[in-house]
Amino acid sequence: MTNLMTNFVVEVMPRFEGYVYPNEATQHPLWSILIVLYPYITGLVAGAFIMASLVRVFNVRALEPVYRLSMLTAFAFLLCAPLPLLFHLGHPERCYEVMMTPHLTSPMAIFGFIYAWYLMAVLLLELWFDYRRDFVTWSEITPGFRGILYRLFTVGVNDTSDASAELDHKIGHILSIVGIPSAFLLHGYVGFIFGSVKANPWWGNVLMPIIFIMSAMVSGIALCVFNYMVLSWIRRKTVDMKCLDVMSMYLFYALVMDAAIEGLDWIHRIYSAEEGFQVMLHMIREKLFYTLNLGQVTFGTLVPLLLLGTLQVIRHRVPELARRRMYFSSAVLILLGVLAMRWNVVIGGQLFSKTLRGVMSYKMEFAGLEGWLMGAVLMILPFVILTIMVKLFLSEKLPTEGHVPHRESDRPALQAAEI
Amino acid sequence: MSKQLSRRSILGKIGAALAGVLAAPAARAAKTAVQKVFVTAGAPKGYDPTQHKWRMAIDTNKCIGCGLCAQACKTENHVPAGPYYRTWVERYVITKPKPGAAEARGEVMVDSPEGGMHGFGDPPVPKEDIQQSFFVPKLCNLCERSPCTQVCPVGATFDSPDGAVLIDPNYCIGCGFCVQACPYGCRFLSPVTKTAEKCTLCYHRITRGLKPACVEVCPTQARIFGDLLHPVPNDPLQQFYDNNRVQALKPHLGTEPRVYYAGIDKEVR
Repeated sequence: MTNLMTNFVVEVMPRFEGYVYPNEATQHPLWSILIVLYPYITGLVAGAFIMASLVRVFNVRALEPVYRLSMLTAFAFLLCAPLPLLFHLGHPERCYEVMMTPHLTSPMAIFGFIYAWYLMAVLLLELWFDYRRDFVTWSEITPGFRGILYRLFTVGVNDTSDASAELDHKIGHILSIVGIPSAFLLHGYVGFIFGSVKANPWWGNVLMPIIFIMSAMVSGIALCVFNYMVLSWIRRKTVDMKCLDVMSMYLFYALVMDAAIEGLDWIHRIYSAEEGFQVMLHMIREKLFYTLNLGQVTFGTLVPLLLLGTLQVIRHRVPELARRRMYFSSAVLILLGVLAMRWNVVIGGQLFSKTLRGVMSYKMEFAGLEGWLMGAVLMILPFVILTIMVKLFLSEKLPTEGHVPHRESDRPALQAAEI
Repeated sequence: MSKQLSRRSILGKIGAALAGVLAAPAARAAKTAVQKVFVTAGAPKGYDPTQHKWRMAIDTNKCIGCGLCAQACKTENHVPAGPYYRTWVERYVITKPKPGAAEARGEVMVDSPEGGMHGFGDPPVPKEDIQQSFFVPKLCNLCERSPCTQVCPVGATFDSPDGAVLIDPNYCIGCGFCVQACPYGCRFLSPVTKTAEKCTLCYHRITRGLKPACVEVCPTQARIFGDLLHPVPNDPLQQFYDNNRVQALKPHLGTEPRVYYAGIDKEVR
C-alpha cells in the first residue's frame, strides 16, 4: 500500500523525456497560467478598443450600439491586465522599479509606460470626453450616492453647450486616432516579449508581434460580440441584427487575416525546418495535440471561419435566430481558441528543453498562485468590473446624449459607410 | 593674440566651476552606488572591476565526470537543494551504429543526474556498444552579448567590466525573463530568495585572489581560470588558448560566449 502511495506521489511529479538542462527540471514551467492570461487579457483590450475605433475613426455607424460597451470592455480588461504580471513576480513589491529605473534594452521595461500611456492618455481620457456631458445631465437627475459619483466624474466641468459638445467630440476623435497605434503598440509589444527570445525557437520569431496583434483584434471583436449578446439577453432586449452582422463581418475578415499570418508562420517553420524542428513536430503531435490542433486550429479558427464565412455569402437566407446562434457560437469558439493560442505559445515554449533533446510534461494544479482557481478568478474579475461599469455608465434608466460619437459634418460619410 | 577677459568668459568659468562643485557629490554618489553593487555581488570594498578580465575555459578531454565541481559550487554558493545548479556536468554517450546501418553513428544519449554532483553510474548501454563517451562541464557562458542582461527589465543583472555577469539580488524583481532568455539553461529562479541566480565565477573568491570553487576542486584541471590582464608565469589559461582549437556553445545565436571549450562534439549544445 505504501508502495502504491509512493508511486502515486511520484506520478504527480513532472516527467521528462530525453535530456533537459538540470535547471529546467522544475515542477512547473517558469511562466505558467498567469503569463498565459496576461497576453490574453491585453489582447482583448486592444481588440475591443479597435472595435470601438471602427465607430469613431472609420465612421461605421452600424456599430454604434456597441460603441460604449466596447470602450467599457476595453477599460475593464485593461484595469486587470497588469494583475497576472504582478502576481507572478518573485518580488512584486519591487515592481515600481520597472518604471523608476527601466532598463531600456528590455522589452518588458517598456510595459509600465505603454500601459500607463494607454490607460491614462487614451482610454480614460477618451471615455471621459465621451461621457462628460452625460455625467453633467445624470448628476442632475440622479439622487443619492450615484448622483454624487456622477458629479465627481464631471471634475467640475459642467458646460453642456453645443460648442463644448463639439469640442468633446473633436478631442475624442483625436484621442481615438492616437489610440489605434497605441493599441497596436500595446499588444504588438507583448508579442515582442516572446518574439525577441532567440534562445527559444518556439518564440523567437519576427512574425510574433503581428500574430499577437491579429489574434488580439480577433479575440477583442469576439468579446464585444459576446458581451453585446449577453447584455441584450440579460436586459431582454432584441439584438440589433444590423450591428451584429457588421460586427461579425469585421470578425470574419480579422480572422481570415489572423489565420493567414499564422499559416504563413507555420509554412515558413516547416519549410525552413531549422534547428529544433524535430522537437517542434513532437510538440504538435504529442504535447500540444489537443490545445493546438483541436483547440486553436480546428475549433478556434476553422469552425468559426466556416460559420462566419457561410454567413457572409448567404446571410439573407439564414433566419435571424439561426444567425444569432451562429454568431454567438463563433464568438465563444474564437475566445476559447485565442486562449488556447496563448497557452500554446506560452506553455508550449516551455514544454521542450533548450537542449532540444527533451520535453517536459505539465499538469496545472487546482489551487495555488499558478492554479486553475487563480486563473478563473483573474478571468472573472474583469467581467465583474465590467458589470459594475455597465450598471453605472450604460444604465437603461439614464438618458444619453453623447451616445452617437459623430460630428455633424461627418454625416454624409457615415451614410456611405453604412452596410 | 592676447586673451582678453570678458564678462562672458568670466561668467562662463564661474558657471563651469559651480557646475563642477555641484556635480562632484552626484558623481561621488554614483561611484559609491556602483561600488556598492559590486560589494553586494561579493567583492571586497575597493575592488576595481576595470583592472581585471576574468576568463574560464573547459578542456573536456580532461573531465572525468567526478562531479566535484558541481558539488563544490552547491556548497560554496549555498545553491538551494533541488533542480537548481550554477554549474553541472553532462555525460554524452554515443552508441555505435546498428550493424548494417549506413550511418556513421548510433544514438546520442545525454544525462546529468542531479547535475552530475555525485558522479555517474554505469552507462545506459553496454560498454561494447559505445562508440564515444565524454563529459562536458557546463556553467554560465559569460556571453559577450548576453541575452540575459539585455532583457532584464530593471537592469538588475549586468555585465561587469571584469567579464563576470552578475545579478544584484536586492534589485531583481524575479520576473524570470532572463531565465527564459538564456539559451544555455544557466539561470534559475531561486525558491529561497525568489530572485534569479547564476554562476558568478565565485565573485566573492576571485575578487580576493582565489580561484572559483569548481576550479579549485577539479582534480584533472579540466576547468581553467585566469585573468587576461594579469597572466601568471606559465599561465594555464594562456596555454589553453595557445594549444587548443576551441569552440563555443550555440555560436549561431550570436551571443559570443567567453567560455571556450576544447574537445567538444557537434552534439553538445
